[in-house]
Amino acid sequence: MAVYSACILLIGIGLYCIVVKRNLVKIIIGFAILEYAVNLFFASVGYRASALAPIVVDEARPVPSCVDPLPQALVLTAIVIGLGVTALMIAIAYRLYEKYGTFDVSEIRRLRG
Amino acid sequence: MQGMSVIVKTIARMMVGFVFMYGIYIILHGHLTPGGGFAGGCIVAGAFVLLYLAYGRDEAKEKLQSSLTSIFESIGAFLFWLIALTGIIWGYFFFNFIERGTPLSILSGGIIPLANIAIGIKVASALFGIFIALASVKFVLRE
Amino acid sequence: MIVPLFVAIPLGLSFLIPLFSKVSRRSGDLLTNLGTAALLVLSLYSIRLLSGGPLVYHMGGWKPPFGIVLVLDSLSLLVLVCVSVVSFACSLYSISYMDQFTSKWKFYTLFMLMITGLNGVTVTGDVFNMYVFFEIAAIASYALVAFGTEHEELEAAFKYMVVGSVASMAILLSIALLYGGLGTLNLADLSRKIAGAGDPRLLAFAGALFLTGFAVKAALVPFHSWLPDAHPSAPAPISAMLSGVFIKVLGVYAISRIFFNVFGVKPVYLNLLLFFGFASLVIAAFLALKQSDMKRLLAYSTISQIGYIALGLGTGTPLGIMGALFHILSHSTGKALLFLTSGSLVYSAQTRNLQEMGGLEERMPVTATSFTVGALSIAGVPPFHGFFSKLFIIIGLWQAQRYALAVVGILISVLTLAYMLKAEKHAFFGRIREELRGVKESPATMLVALVFLAALCIGIGLFFPWIVKVLIEPARDVLLKGIAYADTVFQS
Repeated sequence: MAVYSACILLIGIGLYCIVVKRNLVKIIIGFAILEYAVNLFFASVGYRASALAPIVVDEARPVPSCVDPLPQALVLTAIVIGLGVTALMIAIAYRLYEKYGTFDVSEIRRLRG
Repeated sequence: MQGMSVIVKTIARMMVGFVFMYGIYIILHGHLTPGGGFAGGCIVAGAFVLLYLAYGRDEAKEKLQSSLTSIFESIGAFLFWLIALTGIIWGYFFFNFIERGTPLSILSGGIIPLANIAIGIKVASALFGIFIALASVKFVLRE
Repeated sequence: MIVPLFVAIPLGLSFLIPLFSKVSRRSGDLLTNLGTAALLVLSLYSIRLLSGGPLVYHMGGWKPPFGIVLVLDSLSLLVLVCVSVVSFACSLYSISYMDQFTSKWKFYTLFMLMITGLNGVTVTGDVFNMYVFFEIAAIASYALVAFGTEHEELEAAFKYMVVGSVASMAILLSIALLYGGLGTLNLADLSRKIAGAGDPRLLAFAGALFLTGFAVKAALVPFHSWLPDAHPSAPAPISAMLSGVFIKVLGVYAISRIFFNVFGVKPVYLNLLLFFGFASLVIAAFLALKQSDMKRLLAYSTISQIGYIALGLGTGTPLGIMGALFHILSHSTGKALLFLTSGSLVYSAQTRNLQEMGGLEERMPVTATSFTVGALSIAGVPPFHGFFSKLFIIIGLWQAQRYALAVVGILISVLTLAYMLKAEKHAFFGRIREELRGVKESPATMLVALVFLAALCIGIGLFFPWIVKVLIEPARDVLLKGIAYADTVFQS
């Protein structure tokens, strides 16, 4: 239960950063926190009480009960997707700094209406 | 961007081989130990980034070119697609067409080691390409 | 056997185009057009294949629910036909249009990746696989919106990225909750477990998160703020793809698949769809009246028409759903045609501002005619196909006893005609200005794409009974069947 509350708290912190902060880099960091929190939640869904990691070292001693390995594989994919999005956001933020001269969101407002 | 001092350059030259080998070890043993294509690819990209940072942008630009990374990236992705497509000969897309082999040895697990190698090549070149693109921007600040 | 080709062909081409572009400069054009033509032929051929029931393909030979299944039923086929038609026209158009930009091969790579993602979302039967293809298409579209790297395009792309990524995180959280509570990821298996013993609080929260995420991608009204900046800033063929098919596949198709086939139809979801549809319809139509940038006007018009589709889905009656599905087909062809003509105006006259244009009809006759065809079809004038789709939606609303919404639908249709005619008057009619006297008609490949889409607008309208019987009615039956979708997947 504690893990789930920590994940919800982190999701809240990430959303707060995206909505309130005015610096582009802080918005990107907020998005990174949000994405890692959702991945943490997904990975901890597969936990089973008093179970081992799903790694088989020696065939003579199989693992009696292990945590669910499927969410771990899915989270691996989700982390890679998050990496792609973060890299693209950083590249666009770089170009925005080149064009506008500032990282401040309230000054990058040519499109309105 | 200039490089770092002679000590850093020498130690980086010595360490790159070990980092590269460790990355390849993680890629190849992806079906036995944690890791696999993506994690190993990140480590291999880290080896190249170490060289680039130690020698600076001006010197490393000729040796580690971004056109080469683009070619390797496409080759890695295309290999993965070919592995998936050859499964169709046996009936299904992504079919496991190599023998399973004895478990827990290096030659086991069907097509998974081959897929790991392809993903490792692609991820390493893609991450290094991103690093070059972000590090080689020359800032001319407009006032 | 044919089902994975819809994903394999664009994926393989997108990896080949960078390799071949080092060798020859025109190879990107050839490969892309071959790819989209092949997809068009495949999707039209699948219409005949599906007369024997849906096609289910087990990836890698693993049986469901352990493996990923690809399901091609009539609803997926309708969306695939829309995607193939619009992407074929856009790839023909980009041969000449994208010469203005540098590094055309990057454009073609991203374009093919976007088509991979769209086709993947449509044919997959597994909810996490749908999220992965969702993200492929979304990341490709973020990069394509920023393709020109000017001030406004970068700003629009960043805004779009932040809003779209938060929506994707909501979808991923919902998938995590459903897996934790029910233990499966297959769509058919999920629908059985939800109908069996689902905890209603978990289902309500997961459904709300899904609706939020998909409504942001579909640009329904409280969540529409990224669209009027992103669609005008993209290059014209990408605006046509985004407005024409991207919003519908990632938004409307996903909503209908998840909420009709997996969660089961409940009155609360239908009422929410009606509310969002009504808000989009009215607010966007009024905002479109006061725009002076042509592509921004067309973007607000897109939001308004998606409101029609949401209203049609929210009725729950057979005629309303049939109207919504037919409107997906007619709006994708009509709006793609309008965005491509606005791109022709940018290419020839170098401007998007309606106050700076005028009298271009005598210089660009083909472009003007196709704009007229597209505008009348979106506004709902017979015999173009937009008239029939809107008619079905309004009659469906009347049958579901939502009389006020039906009257509002008719009034907003008149308003749509008003702002379309305003755009046409400012751009094409009247006397030509001095500085526009040297404007020439567009190159031949662009004109071929425009004429192809215009002919479809007229043809689908004239032959609508046949189109409805072959494409739309089977798709409507899939949605009305609801949870029985699971039986078709498990029995083959």
